[in-house]
Amino acid sequence: MRTTTRIALAGLLAAAFATTPAIAQQTLKIGFITTLSGPGGIIGETMKNSVELALDHLGRKVGGLNTEVIYGDDQFKPDVGKQVADEMLKKHQVNFVSGIIWSHVMLAVAPTVTSAGTFMIGTNAGPHQLAGNQCSELFFTTSWQNDQTPEAMGKYMTDEGFNDVYLMAPNYAAGKDMLTGFKRTFKGRIAGEVYTTVNQPDYQAEIAQLRATKPKALMVFYPGGMGIQFLKQYSQAGLRGQIPVYSVFTVDEISIPALKHAALGQFETRIWSPDLKNAANAKYVADYRKKFGKMPVFYGAQSYDGIMLIDSAVRAVKGNLADKKGMIAAMRKANFNSVRGKYSYNHNHFPVENFYLLKAVAGPTPGGDPVMEIQKTVFANHKDSYSQECKMKW
Amino acid sequence: MNAILIIEQALNGLQLGVMLFLMAAGLTLVFGIMNLVNLAHGSLYMVGAYLATYFAQLTGSYLLGALLGLGGTLVVGMVVELIALRTLYERDHLDQVLATFGLILFFNELVAILWGRNAIYSNLPEYLTGHVELAANLFYPLYRLLIIGIGLLVAALLWYIVTQTRIGMLVRAGASNRTMVAALGINIRLLYTLVFGLGAALAGLAGLLSGPLFAVQSGMGEQILIQVFVVIVIGGIGSVRGAFAGAVIVGMVDTLGRAFLKPTLATIISPAAADSAGPALASMLIYLLMAAVLAFRPQGLFGGRSP
Repeated sequence: MRTTTRIALAGLLAAAFATTPAIAQQTLKIGFITTLSGPGGIIGETMKNSVELALDHLGRKVGGLNTEVIYGDDQFKPDVGKQVADEMLKKHQVNFVSGIIWSHVMLAVAPTVTSAGTFMIGTNAGPHQLAGNQCSELFFTTSWQNDQTPEAMGKYMTDEGFNDVYLMAPNYAAGKDMLTGFKRTFKGRIAGEVYTTVNQPDYQAEIAQLRATKPKALMVFYPGGMGIQFLKQYSQAGLRGQIPVYSVFTVDEISIPALKHAALGQFETRIWSPDLKNAANAKYVADYRKKFGKMPVFYGAQSYDGIMLIDSAVRAVKGNLADKKGMIAAMRKANFNSVRGKYSYNHNHFPVENFYLLKAVAGPTPGGDPVMEIQKTVFANHKDSYSQECKMKW
Repeated sequence: MNAILIIEQALNGLQLGVMLFLMAAGLTLVFGIMNLVNLAHGSLYMVGAYLATYFAQLTGSYLLGALLGLGGTLVVGMVVELIALRTLYERDHLDQVLATFGLILFFNELVAILWGRNAIYSNLPEYLTGHVELAANLFYPLYRLLIIGIGLLVAALLWYIVTQTRIGMLVRAGASNRTMVAALGINIRLLYTLVFGLGAALAGLAGLLSGPLFAVQSGMGEQILIQVFVVIVIGGIGSVRGAFAGAVIVGMVDTLGRAFLKPTLATIISPAAADSAGPALASMLIYLLMAAVLAFRPQGLFGGRSP
């Protein structure tokens, strides 16, 4: 009796496994890795929310297939990110890995995913290695290469005739890319360049050094909570009126509610803004605000685009997930309604896109939070500076 | 590098030092007396910052918010001790680390549920935003001077309590021989709850003081906790004097390192090399110091003596 049961069970299991590939063809699995805990958790939340909104807009079917999104938390650590990616590849056998906020995490995760023959769709971090000699036909990003946004700021500040600019950024992969990018297009004198420890809470020592140097302007990169602390302390040091601050990825819809008036008048450069005029963006911003009760952020906009890019690829191959060549060819066309408007892909799979100058201005409701508003286009169809190091051709 | 800048940076170092001391004093007392490794000490710091900011917005008064925040953290600390930590005193340190790490996760999620994941808005009242001219051309923020003042006052008060009062005597006795204190008929459980509450209140005080400076957000406690552990290792575990010395040393070394290491290195090696080595070395400095202390005086500068 027991033997029969065992055989029956074994048969059942065998049957279950035998049918798995057929079912897998029907289901699209996306592993979305971001930071969901700790101070970076707020960024991850906006990305996750935007993925959910994209799924809603697609009727929960990406590319017409039943879709399962598995979320993973990298905890801001490269080793954890790599572990999560490994689990997604081996245990969940995902078709796409997407997300990633931080460059140091991306540098650990992207090679793991692409070397396993799976697509990596980045939606934020753009370390220069992946745009240059480590480019891969399985890697696409819906964001930017790190250097590009500060390049736009460098261009703007050069045009405005600034000199003696002081630079500050946290000491990690993206921090260095950002200042490198700024220096590539900024033609004036640099008064000083300071790298601080990542997630350092207090900047008073650096602010004192900065005050003693007497620069004409300050350019910083302090994403997430770091930006809030830096700008608060800069304001408290009484320097806000004296030395203007220009920033990238520092003043956004995440930091504004904590900064309020300390954000007013701040300039940023960016590929996206809530007030960007196109139908896809109007729908995204309105539905995001309706569903989650707050303003979307660029991290989310890029993640929304990431899902839409995957949707366009799967649709192009009519749901045949084994046709990777077909999906690569489809994604290279960027054939979907991006919330930033139409853009194209460079041969290294990084976007060629517009960069705008944004300013934090008083919001529509009196006493409400400031909002970001586009002032002008700094770069139209801007390419990154590392593409010539990428050997990929198409 | 001029004299004014050096003095200003020294003040910044002192300010960071007293902030670390407020945290370290509670942590070291709890460890020294109750033999409890409390990783959740940073959570109490966060609770202090959140409660003070919340009450300040509710009442419209910064001072009232601070007082309620301080009292609130004291209560939270005592409740945590009564509910969660009592059972852990007899267990080994690994169990305590696991349980208090669990508390970190619990508190981080709790504030995220109550206030959201966004950092909440906290700022100084108008009357505290000014600068004080300490010497010609040396302007220092009033609020940071206030922090230094409060920190030194608390240090003096703690010194008085620990060395001059009956409670302090019990605390010292508890640190050196708990069983004997209990055998003499002292209610050691009550003493523990009091000490833990005091430690929590000090962490809360540090938290509410840093609220207007830092981003008040879930997980803010862990950013400072590592430095606090460095402080108590350098100062000697269980010693309040050690915590003060360690905190000021760490505050000074960290701040002066960040400010002056790169320019100093640039005079010795090439500026380009100093650019890359300076920040990396500056952020390692306190850990190098800790390693040196551990190598030459493993019990810490003031360890092995009475608190």
